[in-house]
Amino acid sequence: MLDVLMHFCPGCSHGTIHKLIAEVIDEMGMESNAIGITPVGCAVLAYNYIDIDWVQAAHGRACAVATAVKRLNPEKMVFTYQGDGDLAAIGAGETIHAANRGDNIVVIYVNNAVYGMTGGQMAPTTLLGMKTATTPQGRDAKLHGFPFKAGELISQLDGVCYFTRQSVHTPAAVRRAKKALRRAFDNSMEGKGLSFVEFVATCSSGWKLSPVEANRWMDENMMPFYPLSKE
Amino acid sequence: MEQEIKLLKGNEAVAEAAVRCGCDGYFGYPITPQSEILETLMELRPWETTGMVVLQAESEVAAINMIYGGASTGKRVLTSSSSPGISLMGEGLSYMAGAELPCVVVNVSRGGPGLGTIQPGQSDYFLATRAGGHGDFNMIVLAPNSVQEMYDFIFTAFDLAFRYRNPVMILSDGVIGQMMEKVTLSPALPRRTQQEIARDLRSWALTGKPAGERRNIVTSVQLDPHVQEGVNHRLQAKYKAMRENEVRCESFLCEDADYVIVAYGCSARISRKAVELAREAGLRVGLFRPITLFPFPYAELSALNARGFLSVELSAGQMVEDVRLSVGCRARVEHFGRMGGVIHSPNEVFEALTSKFTDK
Ligand SMILES: Cc1ncc(C[n+]2csc(CCOP(=O)(O)OP(=O)(O)O)c2C)c(N)n1
Ligand code: SF4
Repeated sequence: MLDVLMHFCPGCSHGTIHKLIAEVIDEMGMESNAIGITPVGCAVLAYNYIDIDWVQAAHGRACAVATAVKRLNPEKMVFTYQGDGDLAAIGAGETIHAANRGDNIVVIYVNNAVYGMTGGQMAPTTLLGMKTATTPQGRDAKLHGFPFKAGELISQLDGVCYFTRQSVHTPAAVRRAKKALRRAFDNSMEGKGLSFVEFVATCSSGWKLSPVEANRWMDENMMPFYPLSKE
Repeated sequence: MEQEIKLLKGNEAVAEAAVRCGCDGYFGYPITPQSEILETLMELRPWETTGMVVLQAESEVAAINMIYGGASTGKRVLTSSSSPGISLMGEGLSYMAGAELPCVVVNVSRGGPGLGTIQPGQSDYFLATRAGGHGDFNMIVLAPNSVQEMYDFIFTAFDLAFRYRNPVMILSDGVIGQMMEKVTLSPALPRRTQQEIARDLRSWALTGKPAGERRNIVTSVQLDPHVQEGVNHRLQAKYKAMRENEVRCESFLCEDADYVIVAYGCSARISRKAVELAREAGLRVGLFRPITLFPFPYAELSALNARGFLSVELSAGQMVEDVRLSVGCRARVEHFGRMGGVIHSPNEVFEALTSKFTDK
């Protein structure tokens, strides 16, 4: 982790998830062997915080980028870090196909139910009834379809060796999440296939809530629909 | 040096060249008239010999982003497609130019717009030379007119891509991709080793951050407009160097020519025959062939003293704009070309020349 000020809003999950990734890479002794792929979204500048080699991908295409990075450099530890707009909307195709090929990468998927970076518009994951910049009356299934469970979909594919859904809103959750990340990274180096680590996350700015309210809202509304894995 | 001669389709020559030039990876999606590139690579199975990776991507969007990923690690990566697929690659090409990554993209073009036709076209000239994607960027564009050049230009293109750290496009067409000719194959070059990449390309390539050293970041985003403007200036300086150093062209019987046909790719082959027909008819006609479409040989073309220039392309007239820019008001500039996948014959070109110029 680099000693710099983060650009994330107060109460945003991204910073904590970054820190966990940095810790796991560090504990694995993989700083010199890891290549990360940043998305287009609030995490676009993750490369300013975690001190490894990085490539910034076009919106949604991180899994395609990672596929080639890993196949051309099989000895490297390769992961993507993507929001729910990036991964589940514009990048759904690339994500599904990397998963289906079983590329030996880790996909870290931060599901905060909105497009944070562009100002809190609806994401595929936005809950029914949830108000966003583009669903001012609340998401209506007739108009916008249903919230998209990308993790469950991906987990069905034969190339996926590990799917887990985590969060970082309590110390216990953080500990579990770190274990999950470690397992995912280990899988990728053991050539087991694609590991998909979803985070149910807060976007205090997009949700227009204080950090404390955002955590509570996530617990009450996101968790029932996107249940966390037991371990 | 051992010399190997093979009878190959243009598309097969691209595949042979890829393996022999030390290419590290090919990523592509099937589309006529260029699917033989991926098919031939799968037949050649280079992963068993040179270690080259070959992967059928799920789309051209995925393919160009795989290319972006591979290039970010200093690898020699290749993709190919035909017109509709190249349209899909626009964003990726722009990212590569912005992040200053080398790659080679082959467009075996067909007629459009839309799904158009699977028959040959040369209507992607603007796309290749003017608007490969969004933002201010250019790519060197090489236009082969034989199967041998399809082969040779893969080597040239990779050299240029790495010299300038920029995508290079080979703009071919369905005629050149599909026709069979004898090709002299060069001995295979080895792929760069991981050590060589780390030694020679670490200033930008991702090889894993060496302990105690700075990390590398491959990106095209600059949130501060002044920093972005600095990047733009640096890129423009690079494109200027390309214009100054990389122009390639060829002329045939242009010295005494009253009329010059300007044509590239398959139209250059057809027009050469038309020049011979014209000479037989006693007309002093020559052929000027741009080999790089960017940078365009403006100076070389404008140095010719002909009275009339005919741009012959399988399009409604795209390169003709560059011919006009070269010639200015000194001489008449006309365009001739069939469209929609219909290929003009040497006779049609000859007739177009006489009707547009000599009859008047
Ligand atoms: C091709 C393209 N389309 C749209 C955008 C605009 N855009 C930037 S970020 C973003 C959404 C990001 O949302 P998400 O992936 O959920 O990440 P978050 O910001 O919430 O972390 C969009 C639509 C873009 N940069 N490129
Ligand atoms: S907009 Fe949302 S996702 Fe983006 S930094 Fe702020 S809280 Fe985090």
